[in-house]
Amino acid sequence: MTAHLSRRRAMLAAAGLGLSVDLLARPALAATGDLANRKLVVVICRGGLDGLSLAPPVGDPDYQALRGSLALGDDALALDGAFALHPALKSVHGLAKAGQARIAPAVATPDRARSHFEAQDVLETGAAVVYGTSSGWLNRAVGSLNARRKVEALSVGPTAPLILRGPAPASSWSPGRGIDAQARLPSLLQDLYKDDPVLGPALARGLATETMAQAAISGPAGAGGTSGMMASAQPGSIEGYLRQGQEAARKLGGTLAGFMREPGGPQIAALSLDGFDTHANQGAANGQLANRLGYLDAVLDGLYTGLGSEWSNTVVVVATEFGRTARVNGTGGTDHGTASTALILGGSLKPGGIVGDWPGLKTAALYENRDLAPSLDMRALFKGVLADHLGLDRRALETTVFPDSAGAPPVAGLV
Amino acid sequence: MRKEPVVADRDLSAAIAVTRFGLGARPGEIAAARGDPKGFLSAQIRPSGADQPRTNGETSAQRIAGFRVYQQDKRGMIRAAGDDTPVADARDPVKIAQKMLRDDVGTDFLARAQLGAETEAGFRERWTLFWANHFTVSANKLVTATVVGPFENEAIRPHVFGRFADLLSTATTHPAMLLYLDQAQSIGPGSPAAQYLSRPRRGAGAGSPSAGRKPAGLNENLAREILELHTVGVDGGYSQADVTEFARAMTGLSVGGFREDPEMLGRPVFRAVAHEPGARMVMGVRYAPGGKEQAGAILTDLARHPATARFICAKIARHFVADDPPPALLRRLEYAWAESSGELDHVARALIGAPESWAPQPAKFKTPYEFMISSWRATGGAPRDIGRLAPVLNAMGQKAFSAPSPKGWPEETAAWATPAALVQRMSWAQAFSEAMVRDRDPKSLAVEALGARLSPATATAVARAESRAEGLALLLMSPEFQRR
Repeated sequence: MTAHLSRRRAMLAAAGLGLSVDLLARPALAATGDLANRKLVVVICRGGLDGLSLAPPVGDPDYQALRGSLALGDDALALDGAFALHPALKSVHGLAKAGQARIAPAVATPDRARSHFEAQDVLETGAAVVYGTSSGWLNRAVGSLNARRKVEALSVGPTAPLILRGPAPASSWSPGRGIDAQARLPSLLQDLYKDDPVLGPALARGLATETMAQAAISGPAGAGGTSGMMASAQPGSIEGYLRQGQEAARKLGGTLAGFMREPGGPQIAALSLDGFDTHANQGAANGQLANRLGYLDAVLDGLYTGLGSEWSNTVVVVATEFGRTARVNGTGGTDHGTASTALILGGSLKPGGIVGDWPGLKTAALYENRDLAPSLDMRALFKGVLADHLGLDRRALETTVFPDSAGAPPVAGLV
Repeated sequence: MRKEPVVADRDLSAAIAVTRFGLGARPGEIAAARGDPKGFLSAQIRPSGADQPRTNGETSAQRIAGFRVYQQDKRGMIRAAGDDTPVADARDPVKIAQKMLRDDVGTDFLARAQLGAETEAGFRERWTLFWANHFTVSANKLVTATVVGPFENEAIRPHVFGRFADLLSTATTHPAMLLYLDQAQSIGPGSPAAQYLSRPRRGAGAGSPSAGRKPAGLNENLAREILELHTVGVDGGYSQADVTEFARAMTGLSVGGFREDPEMLGRPVFRAVAHEPGARMVMGVRYAPGGKEQAGAILTDLARHPATARFICAKIARHFVADDPPPALLRRLEYAWAESSGELDHVARALIGAPESWAPQPAKFKTPYEFMISSWRATGGAPRDIGRLAPVLNAMGQKAFSAPSPKGWPEETAAWATPAALVQRMSWAQAFSEAMVRDRDPKSLAVEALGARLSPATATAVARAESRAEGLALLLMSPEFQRR
């Protein structure tokens, strides 16, 4: 092991001297003119996903002892000498081997309260502190982009995630029955809602999205198998739907891909998966967390397959509100912690190792002798994607999208 | 001089009393409230607490005992099957048992929805639903699914107009909560039970220090959520050390299993051998060594902490009045809380008495459950079939008894008034209206459901409808019916 780790330790030392990940910066992205086709999907794993299980640092000398019964060994899918992926993440591993997936193994928002709800708010608002703002950073990014080119945004699920709430219009869609296009009720309601600032725009978007759903479900992008099943699925929440199995999860990803391939379809999408709060009986290679990761992997695989050639225009970021305790708790699970792992996937990722630095699992390196220490601000990762992939300028990123984030410069060189 | 908010006239007040504080109007209800809208609400406050839904009467102890037997049988069957894993089969006894457990959930939920649709005390039920959501137990595990209903009936309903301290203590030490937030398994690392469980063993697994042993130690989940969600709130001034100390104090609180007195199966137990010995410091207060009294003393102090009053009063105001409630309302609620030492009937009266609660413009968007219950009430009916009720709530994002986290269901308009949700509501309203309207006049249903809150635009749209069903659907989807 471990050239990688020692090189990273050296980088960590450099970071301690005030040199940041910006050292890796490359010249600003040339204006390629294809920005209008660029797509971004943000997947939020709710409940505090255990990063040390998502991408176990198998090469870290302290990993096995610290994680005990939760440690993964030969069954993990190797990335390099230092890191591996959880065995449930087969599709992500395939992409990583092709240079189309990377990990940020010690990332955290600025929040340290270890409250799900506070941390999710900070993750989704993009503020430096809790209750800093009431709109979501992805919504403000859409607003900034809309000033230059028309961008559509979509959230999947019946409730709106905070990340996409705010002044910029966003659609939402949820698997369920379609609507009767011939019925009078939709147009009568649009009339009744014409002076209602909330219901009017929401219904109009809902109807437009529902029309698009018919094409997305039956169109060529859905050829991976989204037809039929989605159309005939019982109405249900995303989570209820996913529990029907991995195939359903793959189809959900495929349908979202179908939307994004539609002419006029969304370039920006948000999707939440829950069930990552593993206080007891977390499991290692098998068990409840492994099942959840299996769904995540299937959603991502459906998205990748469904996007087809558009995959090269797409970046997917998978993030969670915080990681979990480094040590196993008294009930075979983990409690609320600090840094976790984010995944960055896409057809045109730049080659490179981990994003950010690896702080290591030595007792002295742990945050409050308890959690993996953060070495990368979540906002730096999001800003890097928004800058390099969607062409948002640094001023907008630091004033509008992530206020008070000058201390978290964008990660450079991702795409 | 502070300017008093505009107070609505009596017709409007009657409509607000029934639709904003209650669960929507049944025909005739607004007329009944008209004589004295405030009195109509305060008469619903009573010391004995909320009504009990008509369930099959099983207690949480019986449900948990049933679940334990099911688990034992399942393990037995899996062992007996050896390597031949049984294939999924409709006659598979494990599957049948699972279905029976799920049916319990459906029965409980339907009973609650029927109570909501039929009750003449809509405010009492809404106040109860607020507390059930505050002390969320979610059906996200099979074992908790079977006890969410009994939990609400045993731990929440009797105490909703009593002392907050009693409600807090009953709800957070109820077996359903202990199982939901993993407290039942938490063991003090320095307790005799932990010493016993970590002793070296002979035979299989000997030599490998962690092989085959059940984990024995602390789980801080419930302690953290009591501080963050049930009492002082995340800004209440506690630290990680306070969370851990509180978790240590609560060790020993668990649910009776097969090895205990059969009388205690499925009931709350305190296992002194699993309790972490020693004195505790939580939020600057020292608690002497003790048994279950230690956690009890901490809960008592948390119940009377000023941050608790502040946190919960703001939540009440957000639930009943506005996502961003007027500061004057918060002051009134906090004053009532402080002056009565957390007597919840006082706080409920303060909510009703506050002029800010009666602002004419509705600021709250109904959750899917509130929307569906109020739709049933508008037609004078009640749901009879969980098989029709549950999938619709799923589709609208509010799966029965399954809040996404211990924080409960979200409250704010932005979470619920989404494009996808409105399309779902519209499809449902259309089908519901066709099934329910029969020969009734939607114009009079609109007047009965909204009273003085009915807008001219909605009245006109309902009057112009092409069919009775279309008229009712327009009423249910109207901006004023969607809000309260």
